[in-house]
Amino acid sequence: MDTRRRGVLRAGGALALAVTAALLRPVRAFAQQWNKAAFETKSVAATLKALGGSGSTESAQVQITAPDIAENGAVVPITIESGIPRTRAIAILIEKNPSTLSADFDIPEGTDPFITTRVKMAETSNIYAVVQADGKYFHAVKEIKVTLGGCGG
Amino acid sequence: MRFPRLAAFLLAASVPCVCAAQQDTQKEVERYRQLLAEGNPADLFEAKGEELWKTPRGPKNASLEQCDLGLGAGVVKGAFARLPRYFPDTDRVQDLESRIVTCMVTLQGFKPEEAMKNPFSAPGRPSAMEALASYVAGASKGMKLAAPLSHPKEIEAFRIGEELFYRRAGPHDFACVSCHGDNGKRIRLQELPKLTDPHDARRIFTTWPAYRVSQGTVRTMQHRLYDCYWQMRHPQLDYASEASIALEVFMAKYANGGDIEAPGLKR
Amino acid sequence: MRIRANMAGDKVEVRVLMSHEMETGQRKDTSGALVPAHFIQNVTVTHAGKTVLSAQWGTSISKNPFMHFRFKGGKPGEKVIISWVDNKGERRTDEAVIGGGS
Repeated sequence: MDTRRRGVLRAGGALALAVTAALLRPVRAFAQQWNKAAFETKSVAATLKALGGSGSTESAQVQITAPDIAENGAVVPITIESGIPRTRAIAILIEKNPSTLSADFDIPEGTDPFITTRVKMAETSNIYAVVQADGKYFHAVKEIKVTLGGCGG
Repeated sequence: MRFPRLAAFLLAASVPCVCAAQQDTQKEVERYRQLLAEGNPADLFEAKGEELWKTPRGPKNASLEQCDLGLGAGVVKGAFARLPRYFPDTDRVQDLESRIVTCMVTLQGFKPEEAMKNPFSAPGRPSAMEALASYVAGASKGMKLAAPLSHPKEIEAFRIGEELFYRRAGPHDFACVSCHGDNGKRIRLQELPKLTDPHDARRIFTTWPAYRVSQGTVRTMQHRLYDCYWQMRHPQLDYASEASIALEVFMAKYANGGDIEAPGLKR
Repeated sequence: MRIRANMAGDKVEVRVLMSHEMETGQRKDTSGALVPAHFIQNVTVTHAGKTVLSAQWGTSISKNPFMHFRFKGGKPGEKVIISWVDNKGERRTDEAVIGGGS
């Protein structure tokens, strides 16, 4: 069971009391699921805690595919794949960004524990892929260097 | 002797380096580009451009669907592969963007200055031209570039473009050829294409318009040239001007035969 | 949005591009004023009434976001529906029909 989500759901329920029913209805399905506290964290440890983990184990079963060097930090392609059974969430953390947490994906049963997206990196940094499976946390880490300059051919 | 700083920098950057580290770097940058290629945000601009193309706009409340891009009124597919070219109705050699401007004026009733008001977007100020150019170029994807270069005005444009390409000027005593006349030059990690070498010219000319990841938008060939002129500290290259089109005709000669992969994806 | 959904073996392979500024709230405009944060916070993908992916995003997802993932249980001709909502409450939903083998 995904405990962090239930926590957030409770917070959303409390908020709902303050809003009229008419306003609440369209907003509710999404708004209560954005983990503000986690997105405001400024270190890998704090993010992990905000996501509901007390610790994380490095695992070779979590794979990060990304270039070693990004030609531009505004768009850094990253793929994360987990070989850990019952993977239910994949989070992307960027250590040296102003806010550590970049994205958190919920992976329902039937969906591959695989995600590709693109992130912004303020500078050269470690990227952490944090995977939640069976209530436990596992991670992989990779450094990506960010370059500057050039004119786009 | 005065030695322009920019030229000194370029010279330093162009010293051949055979060290393994640099080759690895180049390989990783190549990998970075490949990873991005599976989802080019220029697709979003193509879709927006198609919608704009078919939407009635301007004082005449007309769409651009009857625009003659060189293959007859209403033909978009393949038109980009035959540009720039001479158009009898305007008695000018025109590139993609100047021709779209012509259609916005004749079909939709915009004044030329209105049609050319916002060719380069800024954050919060999207450009219709970036979308329209993406759409038209994208409709020639996979075709080979075959700009005609046979009409006397096309040949004249080529000569003007050639003259401009080699003409050094400005406070840095720069010309296009300063950056684009040799193989293997770079600015930081960015390779500089030798535009008179068909191998380079084909992969460059056929990939504009392109989504620039550093700018988060599609930029057009006119923007590329405008920015080169700014980087050379030359006087501003006017949008869709005869000079800008002449430079495109010059490049097209070397790029002809290349596969069109526009809109592309660049740094 | 530009959504491509195609069968790859017994799975549906989904690639999506979304049009969004994804402003971080840290960029300054030409007059030096901070541009307020404006970014997608939640993305939900559904197929046959079931959520097949949901995501929470921060400001460091790139402008014009891209996402690629796979799920089981879809067939050609069925729909994949993708919705997002941003921090200003703006939202968008688009759908695509699953194509045959890619």
